[in-house]
Amino acid sequence: MNRLGMVGLRLLQILPTLVLIGVVAFVLVRLLPGDPVSNMLGDHATDATIARLQAQMGLDQPIWVQFLLFVRHAVQGDFGDSIAYHVPVARLIAERLPVTITLAALATLIAIGLAVPLAFISAVNADRWPDYLIRAVFQVGLSSPIFYVGLLLLTVFAAALRWFPVGGYGEGIGDHLYHLFLPAVALALSFSAVIMRSLRASILAVLTAEFVDFARSKGLSQRIILLRHVLRNALISTVTLIGLHMGSLLGGAVITESVFAVPGVGRLMVESIFARDYTVIQALTMALAVVVSLTFLATDLVQMWLDPRAAK
Amino acid sequence: MRRLPTPLIAGALIMLALLVCALAPDVVAPYDPIAFDYANLLQPPSGAHWFGTDQFGRDILSRTLAASTIDLQIAAFATLGPLVIGTVIGLLVGYVGGVTDMLFGRLVDLVVTFPFLVLVIAIVAVLGPGLSNMYIAVSIVGWVFYARLLRAEVLVLRQQDFVGACRVMGYGHLRIALRHILPNAARPIIVYWMTDMALAILLGSSLGYLGLGAQPPTAEWGVLIADGKNYFTQAWWITLFPGVALVLAGLGFSLIGDGLADLLDVKR
Repeated sequence: MNRLGMVGLRLLQILPTLVLIGVVAFVLVRLLPGDPVSNMLGDHATDATIARLQAQMGLDQPIWVQFLLFVRHAVQGDFGDSIAYHVPVARLIAERLPVTITLAALATLIAIGLAVPLAFISAVNADRWPDYLIRAVFQVGLSSPIFYVGLLLLTVFAAALRWFPVGGYGEGIGDHLYHLFLPAVALALSFSAVIMRSLRASILAVLTAEFVDFARSKGLSQRIILLRHVLRNALISTVTLIGLHMGSLLGGAVITESVFAVPGVGRLMVESIFARDYTVIQALTMALAVVVSLTFLATDLVQMWLDPRAAK
Repeated sequence: MRRLPTPLIAGALIMLALLVCALAPDVVAPYDPIAFDYANLLQPPSGAHWFGTDQFGRDILSRTLAASTIDLQIAAFATLGPLVIGTVIGLLVGYVGGVTDMLFGRLVDLVVTFPFLVLVIAIVAVLGPGLSNMYIAVSIVGWVFYARLLRAEVLVLRQQDFVGACRVMGYGHLRIALRHILPNAARPIIVYWMTDMALAILLGSSLGYLGLGAQPPTAEWGVLIADGKNYFTQAWWITLFPGVALVLAGLGFSLIGDGLADLLDVKR
């Protein structure tokens, strides 16, 4: 099959995934013990209020009609109203998702910036002290929960040294990035450990490949071999890895945003749990799953472009 | 006999120390972890209180030790459900193949689309905060990763001669699957189980920190860290020490995982 066909097929494959994401989000709220509406409104709601909200959410209809209604509304971008904020959930998410995506993107950049040079140093010095030291530090990083790393960073760099704000989001792009820097570092640490592990292994594998021997026998300098041949080939597998970890990065953002009081969707999710705002939880779970599946799609396409063998 | 891998020994030593604390916290701990002491509020680490005291004068060392019981329990309980369900389904899907396998493939594709933590938090949100609901939420999602690993192994083993020989001997499917295939396919999931325990501790403490896992006054490392977060400018020790214990436990399990992978020759 040609490459364009592959891309088209991959684009089509996302449709059933999106439908299934909808099914999961729909079922999720039905897992609530008892009646969702009385759960949402608490104990003090009157029968009339309950009946009105039930009709508004279509809960008086048979289950399959409810599902079709849910899908129709979701396709139109209507996810219902937030119980706590009294605004459409779609607007709430649209306001806050960019914050979370900026945080995740910044964390990815920091993670790559940390992992690539250190993986290189580690692989080139395999089984000597720089390698052991780097791997030991990253092993500890991998075992450190995000909220703990975040609190330590806050204590040292925000409270004691006052280099960074203790939280919030600020005004304007520059200020946003300044506020998001510490949260992004906290989020990046374990992610960079994952990247560094895999990249180190790929660099070691590429170093022993025949084409590297060939490059050496051509008389290319060590630097050119490492940058042009080894790194480029090792990075292909890293791209896939970054795509596959987008889910855990977004999950980590939920915690990071709570620690640093960043007004993104992660903090919204935690707040919604305590507010029993189930429409928000449902829509957010769905929105984040869609973001992840789009990332998978993008990863596959980039992979096909980087490595034509993957398009077979 | 091969030499035991260093990570395995290091990990086992860490876990042994933690296990002693977890099994007998009141023997090891110098103070009662929930006793208030208004004469010693927010004391920095000293000879009397090695890890300092919190805003109620409770001894941080004793509280950290008491929490180890709950956190190691989380590591065991939060992984047991996924391990058992995942083993049964992975074995079934790999052995039977065909349509079951196809459906399973679609299910895996779907589950990995949801950020694990987000899905677990959403389920906990619906079921209500608390440890037992967290175990349920993790079991609903987590088994997929065990099943996926086991399925891949079983798929290869199913084609091997010894399975054919078992069939010729007239063994039943259940006997072949449980007695002959499972023991040969178990190594990757045992290694993954250890790594998963490290992940479970991270997850349990994260939910505890957010107020969705263990509920105060239960001493749990994430809950202890959350307790101290409002005092971190003046009393850093309340958050620092439970966190060190948490990192050590995570490190212990992942070192054992790495060491076992090496020992059992499992590729990851």
